[in-house]
Amino acid sequence: MTEFNELSRQFQISDLKEQRADLHFFHASKEHAVAVLTSLKEKYGYTHLVFFTVVDHLEKNEFHLTYMLHNYEKHHDMGVVVKIARENVQMESIHHLWPAAATYQQEIREMYGVEFPGSPGLYENFALEGWEDIPPMRRDFDTKEYSDKTYYPRPGRESHDPREYMKENLYPGEAETW
Amino acid sequence: MSDNMNDMDQIQLFNDQGRLLNAGLPDEEKALFCDAAPQVDAPYRGIWEKFLNWARSESLWILGFGTGCGAIELRPLMTSRYDMYQYGVQPRPTPRQAGLFIIGGYASVKTMKRIVRSYEQMQGPKFVLGLGSCTVNGGMYWDSYNTINRLDHYIPVDVYIAGCMPRPEALLAGINELKKLIKEGKGENANKYAENFEWYKRNQKKIIKDWNMPDYNW
Amino acid sequence: MVKEKENSKFPPLVDGKSQYDLTSGKYLRVWQGPQHPGITGNMSLELTICGDEIIDCKTHVGYLHRGFEKLMERRKYIQCFPVVCRICVPEPDFNEYLFAACTEELAGIQIPERAEWIRTLNLEMARLTSFLMWIGGQAGSFGMGTIGQWTVTLRDYMLDLFEELTGGRIYHMYMLPGGVRADFPPGWINKLLDTLKTVEKTLDDVELAMMHNAVFKMRAKGLGIITPDMVDKYGITGPNARAAGVARDIRKDSPYLVYDKLDFEIVTGTKSDAYGRCEVRIKEMYQSIDLIRQIVEKMPKEGPFFTKLPNVLHWRIPAGHTYKRAECTRGEYGFYVQSDGSDKPRRTYVRGPSYTHAVALMEHLAIRTNIADTAGLMVSLHTYPPEIER
Repeated sequence: MTEFNELSRQFQISDLKEQRADLHFFHASKEHAVAVLTSLKEKYGYTHLVFFTVVDHLEKNEFHLTYMLHNYEKHHDMGVVVKIARENVQMESIHHLWPAAATYQQEIREMYGVEFPGSPGLYENFALEGWEDIPPMRRDFDTKEYSDKTYYPRPGRESHDPREYMKENLYPGEAETW
Repeated sequence: MSDNMNDMDQIQLFNDQGRLLNAGLPDEEKALFCDAAPQVDAPYRGIWEKFLNWARSESLWILGFGTGCGAIELRPLMTSRYDMYQYGVQPRPTPRQAGLFIIGGYASVKTMKRIVRSYEQMQGPKFVLGLGSCTVNGGMYWDSYNTINRLDHYIPVDVYIAGCMPRPEALLAGINELKKLIKEGKGENANKYAENFEWYKRNQKKIIKDWNMPDYNW
Repeated sequence: MVKEKENSKFPPLVDGKSQYDLTSGKYLRVWQGPQHPGITGNMSLELTICGDEIIDCKTHVGYLHRGFEKLMERRKYIQCFPVVCRICVPEPDFNEYLFAACTEELAGIQIPERAEWIRTLNLEMARLTSFLMWIGGQAGSFGMGTIGQWTVTLRDYMLDLFEELTGGRIYHMYMLPGGVRADFPPGWINKLLDTLKTVEKTLDDVELAMMHNAVFKMRAKGLGIITPDMVDKYGITGPNARAAGVARDIRKDSPYLVYDKLDFEIVTGTKSDAYGRCEVRIKEMYQSIDLIRQIVEKMPKEGPFFTKLPNVLHWRIPAGHTYKRAECTRGEYGFYVQSDGSDKPRRTYVRGPSYTHAVALMEHLAIRTNIADTAGLMVSLHTYPPEIER
C-alpha cells in the first residue's frame, strides 16, 4: 500500500488493514486526521467523500470517527478511522474540503454530540426537533425505554428473545447441542 | 380516557376567561391567531343529516400529504389500475379543501407536529384513516425513539388498515368501510376531538417539545 | 463569484449564497412542503423568493427519521432483514442486497452462483420499477399527468412479478445472507419477458410524448445544470453525474454480483440539466430491460440458490468492518457494517445517494430558478427522502 507507506513518514497513522483488495482501513491520530484527508484528496486522487460517520465504543470510552474516501481512477476505497475520547468531543471540520461534509457533520452533532467548530449550520435541526435527551445514537441511550415512557405503547405486544423462546416452546427439555 | 391524565405533568392550556393561552407563540404574534378552542358541532336531525352523510361519504377528498411510506401505495391507487376516482375519492393539495386525512404509516415526532397542524386546519366533518401497522401500535418501529406508537392518542382515527404495507385493495376496502361508518352517522370524530380537546392537546404537547404554533390551528 | 449588474433585481451572490435583507419587503420567505403536492416524499424546502425567482433555498429533512441504525443495534442479524428493506421505500432491494452482502463478507460465506444471478435479476427489476415510478413524477411535475397514469400501471405489473416471486408487493425480504429465499415459480420467466415487452412498448410512447413535447423541452432544458467540476465537490453519483458526461458506473467500474459477465455500456449524456438527466434515465431503462433479458438467457437454469447457514438465531459474526456499494437508480448506495463479534451489529451506516443530492446540491441548484420549476428540479435529481434521514 504505497499511499499508506508514504503518508506514514509524515503523519501519525497506523494499523493498516486490508478488508478487500479494493478496501483498506487505517487509523489516524486526531491531530493529523484532517491533514491526512487533505493529502489523500489532493495528492492521491481520493476525491470522493463516500460517507463520514461515527461508531460508538462505549466500553472503551471512545468514538471512532470513520471517513470513507474513494479513488475513481483506481476504484479503491480508503477508510480513515480516528479514535477520540467520548467526553466533550471536538473535531476539526472538513467542510472546506467537501461542501457536502457539512451535512454529515450536522447529523453527527445531533446524533452523537460531536462538535465541529466552524461547520456551517452545525446547530440547526437535522432529523430531530426539540430533542431534550442525550444524543440518541450514543450506545448509552436506550431507545426502547424512551419509547415506552413517551409514546403510550399499546398493551398486548409481547416480544421474546428468539433463542429462549424457541428453546421453551419448540424444543422443551432438550439440551442445547448447537 | 382520563386514566393517564394523572401521571402527566399539568400543562396549562386555558386562561381564566377560558381562552387558549397560545403559550408557544411569541408575544407579537399572539394577536394574529385565534384563541378559541374548537366546539362541538351537533349533527342535524333525521333525514337531512342522512342526506348530508350520504353526500359526505360519496365525495371523500383526501389531503395530499404523504406522511410516511404508505404514500407509495397511494400512487397506484390514484392511477388507472385501481382508480380511486370511481369511488369519489380524489387528492386535494390543501387541508382546507380536504375531508379525509390518510396517515401513511409511521409518524415521526417532527411529522406529528405537521399532522396536528394540518388536521386542525381541515374543515369538519373530517375523517382520519390510519394506514399501516405502525399507526396501530408502532408496527416495525415500536421501539424507535422518534416514531409514535398509537395514533389515536393524538388525533381521533376512524378506520385503521393494518399491514406493512397495506395493498391498494386494502385501502379501497378501508375507504368503503369509512363510507359505511359515515352513512350510519358514526363519523363524528371531529366532534370527539372538540370534546376531548384537552386530553388530545396534553398528549400532543407531551411529545412535541418545541411547540411554536397556536394551540389550535384554525 | 458572479459579477452583478448595478440595477439587478437579485441580491448579490457571495460564494453562491445570496445576501439579502428580509425586512426590506422585497423578498418573501415561503415553505414548500412537507404538506405540498409538489414535493418528493415528506420533506420541505424553505425558499426565499424575489418575485417568482428563488434567491435562497434551505432543505429541511428528518420528517421520516425512524432511527434505523439505532434499531438495528438492538436486533440480531437475521432480525435486521425485515427492518432494513424499509429504509428506501420505492427501491428496497438494494438495502437487502447490500446488508446481506456485508454480512456474508464479514461471516465469510460464499453464495451459490445461481443466487448471484437471481440477485442481479432482482436488482435490475427493482431499478426498472423505480424508474417507472420516477418518470411519472417527472412528467407530473411539469403538468403531464397522462404519463404517470401509464407508467405507474406498468410499475404495478412489475410489482405483480415481484409479488409472485417473493410474496411482497413493496417490501420483499427476498435476499438473505446465503442466497435468495425462493426459486422462480413455474412460468414466471415467461411472464417476466411478456411484461418487459409491454414496458418497452409503452416506454417508446412515453419517450415520444414526453421527450418531444415542446412544453417539456422548454421548461426542462437548462433547469438545474450540473457541471462536471461540481461532481466531486458535492459527491454527485449516478445518472445525475453521468448526464454531465462523467462516465462512472459502479456496475462497470468495480463489478459486483455478475455484472462483469453481462454486456452493457455506461450511458452518458452531454449536459446535465433536467432534460439531459431525463434522457440518461430513459436510456438506462432500456438498458435495464436489455440486462434482464441477458440475465434470463445466460443464467444457469438449475442449481442451488441458497447455502446452508449456521442457526441464525445463535449466529455470531466475527469482528470486523466493511463497506459495500451498489449502483442504484439514483447513484451510489452503500452499507457500512461493523461487527464486534456479538450476535447484533454494532453499527450500520447507510449511505444513500439522496443525502448529498437533496441537501447540499439542491440548495445550490435551486438558486435563481423559477418557483414553479422547483418540483421539476427536485424530481429531476431523483431524491427519495427516507434514505436521507433513515
